Amino acid sequence: MNFDFSPEQQALRDQVRRLFADGRVRARKLVESDQRHDAALWAQLVELGGTAAAIPEAQGGIGLGVLELCVIAEEAGRSLAPIPFMSSAVYASEAVKLAGGAVADTTLACLAEGAVEGTVAFAETDGSWDARPVARVQDGLLYGVKDAVTDPGAGLAVVSARAAADGEGFGWWLVDLTSAGVEREVIASVDVVRRYARLHFAGVPARRLGMPGAGADMTARLMDVAAIVTAFEQIGGAEAQLARCVDYAKTRKAFGGPIGVFQGVKHRLADIYVKTELARGHALYGAWALSTDAPELAIAAAGARIAATEAFSFAAEEAIEMHGGIGFTWEDDCHLYYRRARVLALELGSRRRWAGRLVAALAANVLPETEVAHGL
Amino acid sequence: MDFEDTAHEAAYREAAKSWLARNAPAWSAPHGGDESEAEMMQRARGWQRAKAEAGYVGITWPREVGGQGGLAIEQVIFEQEEAAYRVFTIPFQVGMGMCLPTVYTHAAPPIAERFVGPALRGEEIWCQLFSEPGAGSDLAGVRTRAMPSGDKWIVNGQKVWTSYANHSDFGLVLLRTDVTVPKHKGMTMFYLDMRSPGLEVRPIRSMTGHADFNEVFFTDVRIPDSQRLGAVGGGWKVALTTLMHERLAIGRAPDAPSTDELIRLAHAIPEGAGSALDDGAVREAIARFYINDAGLDFLRMRAQSAISNGRAPGPEASIGKLVMAKTRQDIGAFAMDLLECGAIEQSKASRLTAFHYHYMFSAGLRIAGGTDEVLRNIIAERVLGLPADRRIDRDVPFNSLE
Repeated sequence: MNFDFSPEQQALRDQVRRLFADGRVRARKLVESDQRHDAALWAQLVELGGTAAAIPEAQGGIGLGVLELCVIAEEAGRSLAPIPFMSSAVYASEAVKLAGGAVADTTLACLAEGAVEGTVAFAETDGSWDARPVARVQDGLLYGVKDAVTDPGAGLAVVSARAAADGEGFGWWLVDLTSAGVEREVIASVDVVRRYARLHFAGVPARRLGMPGAGADMTARLMDVAAIVTAFEQIGGAEAQLARCVDYAKTRKAFGGPIGVFQGVKHRLADIYVKTELARGHALYGAWALSTDAPELAIAAAGARIAATEAFSFAAEEAIEMHGGIGFTWEDDCHLYYRRARVLALELGSRRRWAGRLVAALAANVLPETEVAHGL
Repeated sequence: MDFEDTAHEAAYREAAKSWLARNAPAWSAPHGGDESEAEMMQRARGWQRAKAEAGYVGITWPREVGGQGGLAIEQVIFEQEEAAYRVFTIPFQVGMGMCLPTVYTHAAPPIAERFVGPALRGEEIWCQLFSEPGAGSDLAGVRTRAMPSGDKWIVNGQKVWTSYANHSDFGLVLLRTDVTVPKHKGMTMFYLDMRSPGLEVRPIRSMTGHADFNEVFFTDVRIPDSQRLGAVGGGWKVALTTLMHERLAIGRAPDAPSTDELIRLAHAIPEGAGSALDDGAVREAIARFYINDAGLDFLRMRAQSAISNGRAPGPEASIGKLVMAKTRQDIGAFAMDLLECGAIEQSKASRLTAFHYHYMFSAGLRIAGGTDEVLRNIIAERVLGLPADRRIDRDVPFNSLE
């Protein structure tokens, strides 16, 4: 049994961790700048193969796999490195891979070599990725509005929309975001490091990705993939905050000694550790399910999503409490993790939504003869 | 990443499976029939002997002391396969897991040789006499006193929470031998014959209604100095090695209802046009229990991976009992909530029977082998490296403590 990353993947982790060593300093700089991300750091990750890792060789990638994405995501989450890794190398690249076809081949090669950054534009007014969109494509032109698009400085986006050929369903479309008719309305987001925008499409050329009407199935699958990779990002963040709290509890003195001697502090830290380790188990299970295309994917993704969201939220919230007043200041990094934890809890859908997905998937195994509703 | 056995592991598993299929049914619990305690004990002894003859006991113990000198992963594999049968192994767990390793580590070879074989073959049962009414989480506070008298020690006091003391032949006992030094330095470990004159075992009825434990009274019990394990005053060090085994042993999941049973239960409760399973609050609760339950399975798989690759399990293994016991309790309460007033009746054969039982039992499980608070301290201090609690009793002679 090898329920862990391989030695090669661990070596990649060390390499990426070194690359992201000053991630938080770079994140802080970005907060005060009008840059969309840290271009120099992004170029270094591209150089290292971070954008090509999970793309097959035939499509211009390195042909490793999704496990490598998980390793990089964890280090990105740990360091808050301000780069569009999740939106481009995970969301957009995995979406294009999933859709397949001739358009996918050329697009993946560009994403792999870092010639362009990608993102996805799914959510509309109800905030969910998987609802049937209002956005529509007519005569090859996209019309509509997409909310909360991550890293909107990207050059291309995978967009959910519907055309006549989609019938009662919807499809995916590839859109060049530099086209005329695209308006990027940057929004003031909870996360001050990661940029978000509302995208307005007023008749923008769009190429279909995947089969007509396949949008719902592709989105469900992409959400499972994204939930698992994001779980590693969340675990990285939770572990970073746990480590900072432990350091602080050992050095901060009050009542004649380090505050870490007090059980009120100790037990809180032990609880962060417990939640983080449980989340790591679920995330590894998810990574296994992804890498082997196992039928357990839906359960594994929902488990990883819920456990990692819980772990990171708890760690980020308790970290501010543990640091006392200093943790509440703008200068301290606690709030950067606190903000990141919250947007990650929202981006792929709330806990409530994923609890529904999880129980529906579990029930499908336990009660195979019964149809259990998926929704809320 | 994979869940596959290595070639050696697969061969070992295959052999174990096939041996179990031939031998375990004869020693498995009869379906439906009530068994007397004597019959259960006889079944446990018989199964232990059968396993010993086939080399499935003391798998990881050194060959010099009568073990198999095998790999830790072989032990894991055998236990995984054995769990498929309704065999009764509990009476030997304390002896195999804690007492005998302590004996063969700390006793002279002829003594180890005298005891290991009979214990392996199920001829002798061992218990562990550590806790006292005044020494639970603070185990180093034991007061049961051993006074030297020639080549013997004379023992007076009381031990408690001793599983299977009433069936045991021998016991491992932690005693206070010096009250003039700080508490951790004045204890000594011994083994003793459970039929020694002056020793009295009384069962304790726990809140489950069963006599799960015993209290053991010592009145001028004589223990020869030759039954001392480790140095005089070195009992704490010996106890720590014993307890390390206990926490690993107890971290295993008991045979308790899982989230699958909860899903079946919720689905069987009509609500509106569907069932309770459609309720968001029910789904949220089930999701929470699943995260903990499956999360513990994954921890065990991580530990097994480490063992399979010849490493010790990581520190994350220490969270097992902490999460498992409280989750059992929460699942029990939630299952009862689903049936509203219908859950007030505690019947012996209903869909709630297991939930009722584990709601009661888990309250004790949260204490056994370390309370939730002790386990959080252990995680904080040994895993995270936080400073130890301030202990005002650390350097004070035992007889000067409040």
